[in-house]
Amino acid sequence: MTTNHVDNDIVEKIEQAGLVGRGGAGYSTAKKWREVAKAKGRQKYVVVNASEGEAGLFKDLHILKNHADLVLGGVVLALDYLQTKDAYINLNKKYHRLLRLNLEPRIKECNDRGYNIKYFIETPSYIGGDETALLNAIEGKRTEPRLKPPYPSISGLYGCPTLVNNVETFYNVGCVAAGIYARKRYYCLSGKLKHGGVYHLPEDWDIAQILKETNNYPNFDFFVQVGGGASGMVYDQNQLAGRPATGAGSVEVFDKRRTDPRKLVLRWLKFYQEESCGKCAPCRVGTFEVYDLAKKHKHVPWPEMFAILETMEATSFCPLGQSVIDPIRSYYKNVLKLA
Amino acid sequence: MNQVTVRIDDKEFSVPEGESLLQTAINNGIDIPHFCYHEDLPVGASCRTCLVEDLKTGRVLTSCSLKAADGLAVSTRTAKVKKLRLDNLELLLAGHQDKCPKCQKGMYCHAAEEFGKYGVTTVKYWRPEIQAKLHKMSQAALIDPQLCIACNKCVEICDKIGIGFLEMRGRNIQNHAAPKNCADIDCIYCGQCTVHCPVGATREQDQIADVEKALADKRKIVIAQMAPSVRASIGEEFGLPPGTDMTGRVYTAFRKLGFDHVFDVNMGADITTVVEAAELVERIKENKKLPMFTSCCPAWVKFMEFYHPEMLGHLTTSRSPQMHSGGAYKTWWAAKEKIDPRRIVVVSLMPCTSKKYEARHKKMKINGMWPVDYVLTTREFGALLKKHKINLPKLKPGVVDEPGTYSGAAAIYGASGGVMESALRTAAHELTGQELEKLEFKKVRGMAGIKRTEVEIAGRKLRVAVVATPANAEKIIREIKRDPSAYDYIEVMACPGGCIGGGGQPIPTTLNIVKKRTEALYKADKKNKLRQAHLNPVVRDFFDNYIAKLSRRSREAILNTSYSRKKKFE
Repeated sequence: MTTNHVDNDIVEKIEQAGLVGRGGAGYSTAKKWREVAKAKGRQKYVVVNASEGEAGLFKDLHILKNHADLVLGGVVLALDYLQTKDAYINLNKKYHRLLRLNLEPRIKECNDRGYNIKYFIETPSYIGGDETALLNAIEGKRTEPRLKPPYPSISGLYGCPTLVNNVETFYNVGCVAAGIYARKRYYCLSGKLKHGGVYHLPEDWDIAQILKETNNYPNFDFFVQVGGGASGMVYDQNQLAGRPATGAGSVEVFDKRRTDPRKLVLRWLKFYQEESCGKCAPCRVGTFEVYDLAKKHKHVPWPEMFAILETMEATSFCPLGQSVIDPIRSYYKNVLKLA
Repeated sequence: MNQVTVRIDDKEFSVPEGESLLQTAINNGIDIPHFCYHEDLPVGASCRTCLVEDLKTGRVLTSCSLKAADGLAVSTRTAKVKKLRLDNLELLLAGHQDKCPKCQKGMYCHAAEEFGKYGVTTVKYWRPEIQAKLHKMSQAALIDPQLCIACNKCVEICDKIGIGFLEMRGRNIQNHAAPKNCADIDCIYCGQCTVHCPVGATREQDQIADVEKALADKRKIVIAQMAPSVRASIGEEFGLPPGTDMTGRVYTAFRKLGFDHVFDVNMGADITTVVEAAELVERIKENKKLPMFTSCCPAWVKFMEFYHPEMLGHLTTSRSPQMHSGGAYKTWWAAKEKIDPRRIVVVSLMPCTSKKYEARHKKMKINGMWPVDYVLTTREFGALLKKHKINLPKLKPGVVDEPGTYSGAAAIYGASGGVMESALRTAAHELTGQELEKLEFKKVRGMAGIKRTEVEIAGRKLRVAVVATPANAEKIIREIKRDPSAYDYIEVMACPGGCIGGGGQPIPTTLNIVKKRTEALYKADKKNKLRQAHLNPVVRDFFDNYIAKLSRRSREAILNTSYSRKKKFE
């Protein structure tokens, strides 16, 4: 078999559409696809990530519920482009229960056409959002990140070149192919607002506009956490103009006067100390120590906490540990204005 | 591979492109703390203590995962590195000293030395109880989850040698190494996990206190005997290079510690060679139960008893060296010296943890007595000496007491291939009545995991194999199942490189270090005037004037053993 008849068409279209990863990191989709196509391997895999292990994120569920055809269309395009048949859809356990009836007939349809698309049912975890941790989980290993490089594009599932994209990315590919891609993205709105939920809106809207257009702009003093209920950055209400909802595209609204800083910090830290995979020392022990420290004090012990969080930021193995500081430091600076 | 120039602090090094920068540092004696890096195992980059600063980008990186590229320049001592390094050391080792029995007793260990060097208190942070119990691997080793730092090395080495008994369990702060819940996998007590554990979370079950008690007991006659491998490695515990022969100094140290007699497991190895070679010759002549396997490695025996009980008939019935010599002291020697053997306490100094397990086999008892009462590993012996402020390198070399006389064939028992070579030297004599002109069998030497060769003795071609690690043994067993006549005689040791790379050896033990230790053993053989086991006068006296006069049953009770299917954890 020669590789001459590779359909480069789709990847050029993806490039022109300017697609970037929607899992949080924002990597160029076309670039990633080309890397996997170029990589040598006895076998190639496509992995659809619907891990969504972070609070405040629920768009993958929405997309799979309402647009499974477009998502699977994107997956099939990827399989054809990479000249392979094998794909895994990583669903966390909760989603699997909710989506089974919707997805199974559609997957069967693809598989009847010669593809081999399988589920992987994941025990929900935050670290599962890291693509190498997800690959480990599918291989039956511990859900913890791998040392990079090599990246999954070169050596992914079972050491083979693997394309890992978020559900929304495959949905976008499906839209691009169908000629209906409109430079929109999905936003998860939650927290203290009237009309929470998933919205499909232009990708260049800023947060203020998103809240206004969805009739959600609060009439009280507020702040938001953007891009994930744990790792997202926190901004004050006056910082929202001109700021897009980056990362995984979530906005959670908080009532400034009714939010107890200690409770909020504890909420974040509790999540992290549970979700740390336990691989590297700064994150494994650091998340525990910081949570323990905050629990023990009546008032948030900011300096002591930041001492540990900064070391974690500088030296943790993966972005999970490195970013524990992000919500806390941005809350401290932007909202509490303590720095 | 391309050579590139990298700079660490103020020194430049030419190294192969892509080499781990930490390895460059280790090779050149530059101190960078590390707890999850081992040159024979995959880079995990999880302890985050081997930090250096990339002087071009100002980024602090783990040196283990940093690959040498031309012009790379790092510092190990910027203020930023020092601070982050100490922070991570304190996080990594939180609560260690309070929970470590060795630290509590002030015992020397490699980890404690590292803590001291970098000023780690281990009490800056605390660590909650891990929800798991301490697991004892029979009498050999144990795994203490409370001390585990999740470096994964025990899991990796156990996988690598082909057992896969361990896994990491629990996420977040609860992550720890633990035995797998799996009925068809069992530990073979080799202790490779303990020699790869950077913090003593997996460690030998220590018998130092028992030995001290015996030494203090005036009614006891305490005999020390050292295994072949220990003399080539114990120097490392005192900062000497691997392969420094410490034989004479260890004898002196034994006497300083108060042992009444200083013998040598090497004498036992000569007995083993004679017994095993005779059995080999018998099996060859009768052409039955071939191939014959060696059995002096208790971890290998446990492997066979658990995983391949159908093959147990192939193991030589000969006991192992420490059991032979221990048994000899409590029978032949006690009778000669007119001593009540029940007063004798035999302490073996071994490179091994499974020897502790072997010493507690009830079937080994002779007249109701254990042939060996206590087994210390090389590491325990180092700790014992330091506790008694005995500086081994400074001692004057002593000589072994006469019953400890040994041949060069025994000296090489510690190396993979050594038992084979010794047995061949003696078997040749058994078959022909003549000594070999050339004693060396170079093809059975070296670090390869499987060595296959053919040797010609008395016109008969013997097909032999020398194997290290169960993973390789499994391959040979498959070969034998396909072709039962593929081999005549096979040596198997559980540890990489043989006993010299054993689970009780100093930390770190790497294949490179094992190679250097091995050279010392072959040097000792070459130096020895006596190079065949059957020519050892002590061994001849034992056989001719004692064993020969015993009934067959009494003889076998001293020289032979038997095997049976083992259940998990048995």
